[in-house]
Amino acid sequence: MEFIGGKFLQVVIALAAFAAIIGLIMLLVDRAPKSAKDKVTIVGFLAPAAILMLVGLVYPALQTSLLAFTDAKGQPNGVDNFVWMFTQPEALATLRNTVIWTVLVPLLATGFGLAYAVFIDKARGERVLKALVFMPMAISFVGAGIIWKLVYDYRGPGIEQTGVINYLRVALGMDPKQFLLDAPENTIFLIIVMVWIQTGFAMVILSAAIKGVPVELVEAARLDGANPWQQFRNVTVPGIRGALVVVLTTITIATLKVFDIVRTMTAGNYDTSVVANEMYTQAFRAGEPGRGAALALILFLLVLPIVVYNARVLRQQREIR
Amino acid sequence: MTVMPAPDEAANASSTKTRGGLPPNGSPEDSEPIMRRVKSKLTSRWATAAAVIIATVWTIPTFGLLVSSFRPAAKQVGPRSDGWWNFFGDWQFTFKNYVDVTAAAGSQSANLSQYFANSIAIVIPVTVFVLVLASMAAYIFAWGNFKGREAAFIFVFALQIIPLQMALIPLLTLFTQVLQIPPGSYAQLWIAHTMFGLPLGIFLLHNFISEIPGEVIEAAKVDGAGHTTIFWRIILPLSVPALASLAIFQFLWVWNDLLVALVFSGGTADVAPITQRLAEISGTRGARDYLNPAAAFVSIIVPLAVFFGLQRYFVRGLLSGGLKG
Repeated sequence: MEFIGGKFLQVVIALAAFAAIIGLIMLLVDRAPKSAKDKVTIVGFLAPAAILMLVGLVYPALQTSLLAFTDAKGQPNGVDNFVWMFTQPEALATLRNTVIWTVLVPLLATGFGLAYAVFIDKARGERVLKALVFMPMAISFVGAGIIWKLVYDYRGPGIEQTGVINYLRVALGMDPKQFLLDAPENTIFLIIVMVWIQTGFAMVILSAAIKGVPVELVEAARLDGANPWQQFRNVTVPGIRGALVVVLTTITIATLKVFDIVRTMTAGNYDTSVVANEMYTQAFRAGEPGRGAALALILFLLVLPIVVYNARVLRQQREIR
Repeated sequence: MTVMPAPDEAANASSTKTRGGLPPNGSPEDSEPIMRRVKSKLTSRWATAAAVIIATVWTIPTFGLLVSSFRPAAKQVGPRSDGWWNFFGDWQFTFKNYVDVTAAAGSQSANLSQYFANSIAIVIPVTVFVLVLASMAAYIFAWGNFKGREAAFIFVFALQIIPLQMALIPLLTLFTQVLQIPPGSYAQLWIAHTMFGLPLGIFLLHNFISEIPGEVIEAAKVDGAGHTTIFWRIILPLSVPALASLAIFQFLWVWNDLLVALVFSGGTADVAPITQRLAEISGTRGARDYLNPAAAFVSIIVPLAVFFGLQRYFVRGLLSGGLKG
């Protein structure tokens, strides 16, 4: 087990170096002359994070934007990469799939999450029921891919099925189906995996929001003769609107960036690729960093409206405070 | 800002009012028409049934993986194989898959214990780095006094949403060609993960730190405490709940990552995390497919343990952070 020792040493050295840097910053801030103390503090506390974010996110984002207008050799090629994206059938399929993902995943995950949160509200064993649906959040996309292969597994007709759904299909007298191979519906079967992961997240947030709706309001509606559906529709939903928006946008962003599910389950073959996966394939496998960058830029443009919206909500909240 | 109540607190608050679906104390339950009472009982029964069905459907895939991982190779692949549910009729149980995937025996073996150690060696420093740097920045954004503070904070918030895909190519070039960080060391992964974790970390911690009462900080200042003392002696101890939830968050996120690992690890057994190895062995279909469930379970056991052990803090972190209604 000597390899563990080497890794352990590297970790200790890294942590010690980090502690030394932080210690130095604290020392400098403490020793600064009184007149400049506030300025030195701000710089000292903010600089490490600011530098890392500028180098790790802002600079690469700008760099990628430029790269999107170059060819495989790094020569400027105008908008060729974008023309490629919007004309090649494979690239178009990628864009189409991304749109399907970002429409279906947030709606389904939020829908299931909301329904489940309402169903288990005040039910016996609420805590356990919550944990079961929330659990997929803790599982990596790669692990989820392997888990779902067991569900979607396919064997030829006449052979004992090892996948749950195909076993049920055969038992019901249907033919087994190649869930991950048959386009276009295979995209739906990948989407189900993402919904499985995200529903727990939606459920936890919405469940907390539902509990925040004043009991008196629900009670008043009930006494006015509203049936459970009307209570839900007219009292609960308006009461949790803010949480619904947050859940929808958060899941939409996560979905736009989804990469691992497609990568591990189909590697983007059989017409299932999405922008995030295609970007990786083009930039790191096909030797076309320009195309990859162009796809990343499109991804950013898709996310941008959501950023602007969230930033505005955030600013409003800060003004209220 | 309205903070959503943590679910357990809210559950306590509401369950005292309406336990077991009974109307609140004093309401004239007996005078209520019997029909309506029966109907509402039935609706809640249907709702519970629906909830149990959803919970079952959601749990079966993971349960199937767990069962599969204990089944002998011949039952999982090849002519004698069948579905994992046959395990219950045909009780054949083995630990051999787990021994096989974790043993370090040549380049052909899954060698998971080595990758497992890599994951731990990647996750721990990143979590520490992000916690310390993000709390320092969050403190300044919450209590520092400088021009453009609001705008800078909104900018950091927006950074959360830059797709990592956009950052990868330039960052890889920067690391290997400009900064000369050797590929195949942990350093690239540590730095990259820290960079990507900071915006969310600052955002989550800021929300918590800014709600610390100003009087506490003023009192310390009157006593002559400087910023460093206030930060280490007051802010950090008071922020333990938020720090705990961010730590879990960051831990799960880095442990489960594949994309950053694929780009920065170089893919060697010295550095690559367990997710990357898992993707490799599950990507090559073949006679060793029977190892996949055991391998997957080895990789998800730590996050599951963290999740079930620290679920409360994790959920609280989700709720006190960027997710306000």
